[in-house]
Amino acid sequence: MPPKIIVEDISKSYPVDGGTLAVVERVSFQVADGELVALIGPSGCGKSTLMSIIAGFDRPDAGSVTTDGERRTAPSPKGILISQQGSVFPWLTVQENLMFGLNGRSADERLALADHYAAMVGLKGFEASYPRELSGGMLKRAELARALAVKPEILFMDEPFSALDALMNLRMRHELLRVLAEERHTVLLITHDVEEAVHLADRILVLSERPARIRATFEVPMPQPRRLSSPQVQELRVAILRELGLEAD
Amino acid sequence: MRTVLPSIAVGALLVAAWWVVVIATGSVIFPTPWQVVTGLWQLNLDGSLWADIGASLFRVASGFLLAVAVAIPLGLWMGWVRGAYVTLNPIFQMLRPISPIAWIPIAILWFGVGNLSPIYLIFISSVFPMIVQTTAGVHAIERRYLRAAANFGVSRSTLFRQVVIPAVLPQVLVGMRIGLGVAWLVVVAAEMIALHSGLGYLIIDSRNAGNRYDLVIAGMIVIGLIGLMLDGAMRLLEAHRLVRWRYAA
Repeated sequence: MPPKIIVEDISKSYPVDGGTLAVVERVSFQVADGELVALIGPSGCGKSTLMSIIAGFDRPDAGSVTTDGERRTAPSPKGILISQQGSVFPWLTVQENLMFGLNGRSADERLALADHYAAMVGLKGFEASYPRELSGGMLKRAELARALAVKPEILFMDEPFSALDALMNLRMRHELLRVLAEERHTVLLITHDVEEAVHLADRILVLSERPARIRATFEVPMPQPRRLSSPQVQELRVAILRELGLEAD
Repeated sequence: MRTVLPSIAVGALLVAAWWVVVIATGSVIFPTPWQVVTGLWQLNLDGSLWADIGASLFRVASGFLLAVAVAIPLGLWMGWVRGAYVTLNPIFQMLRPISPIAWIPIAILWFGVGNLSPIYLIFISSVFPMIVQTTAGVHAIERRYLRAAANFGVSRSTLFRQVVIPAVLPQVLVGMRIGLGVAWLVVVAAEMIALHSGLGYLIIDSRNAGNRYDLVIAGMIVIGLIGLMLDGAMRLLEAHRLVRWRYAA
């Protein structure tokens, strides 16, 4: 089976006063169908720019992104981006948000899909609520459900849970793994949280300081569910931290 | 209740001071508060008060609704299409600071001394604030929401119905509140020129026909009260569930 996502030699720089600022430098990698790949790197290293390009919102200066054998140059419902700030529409109810991307279907079908995914992420009973009435964790669930409802093949997750508190962050990871066990999506996850990456990913790519380059790749062979306290997980964590320039004790 | 008590107390104090000063100076032209009340009662009894209020409200409603019908589509267009903004914004910015009063001679030249002149003046005075607010509202739509819409690949009509218009609505309401406030200011001025009905006419006619300053002040108070009610009605709209997302914390 050909890779789901092929990122080939992507570079991107922005003009600044008296020169250019290289943000992404010759990044290449592939993601297999159904794989969860985490990109981890320090804050401000160009991760989000890279994600923006891969999801089709930005054009690279050089290189290309191919999904399912097709050159990706614009965003499409095939791959939905879930970002840190979230983009659940505050003026629509949870249900209207979930039905947002479902045009071209009958009203009954849209309602059924919205209800199904609301239930899947544990938002049953909140369909008529507005986002302002939801907690941060519930907003994330709504965002995830809205993405899942259009049955995307790829989820692009840009620090999806980093605005949540530690407990809610952990809970949402379990939630995500549960959902992914039900519907196997290909996921590209950006994070600066080593533990989150080790918890979720099949493979971890460590990025350098700006401009972002791939420094190292780690396979994560442990099956789900993973025990975060297990020695293998801890070992991997230390190895990744070392790669990021942090000597863990 | 506790919040309005101080206002009522200060208002009563002002009325008392006014009363005392009129009596102390023995003025024969400036009325006491009681004379204003009896004057108002007299206008109520002969029906002219209600006819004048009706005439003024009719002009404001016509001019204002006309302005809404023009300003909202135009503002949306200018906000969305950069070329339209670049072309039209400088023109509107130049027209906007011209006092509607300055348009009176031209209004009379074009529309005569009937109802059309004040309606045109009200239109001119309220259309610009509403265009400006609507345009600013479109420009203020957060990029993450537009990105989400692009990501889900929704049709242009869904984009407008479910994202752009609801996102802009709170700003449009602010524009409408400003526009209606200005319209109410302008109708009085417009009616002082060459018209034979309306609250502005009531004031100027009361002065001209025998220095009836009790009726002048009665007219002013009625204008103030109606203006307060119009503003209150617009504020009620801001509590509507479609725009509450903007004001809720």
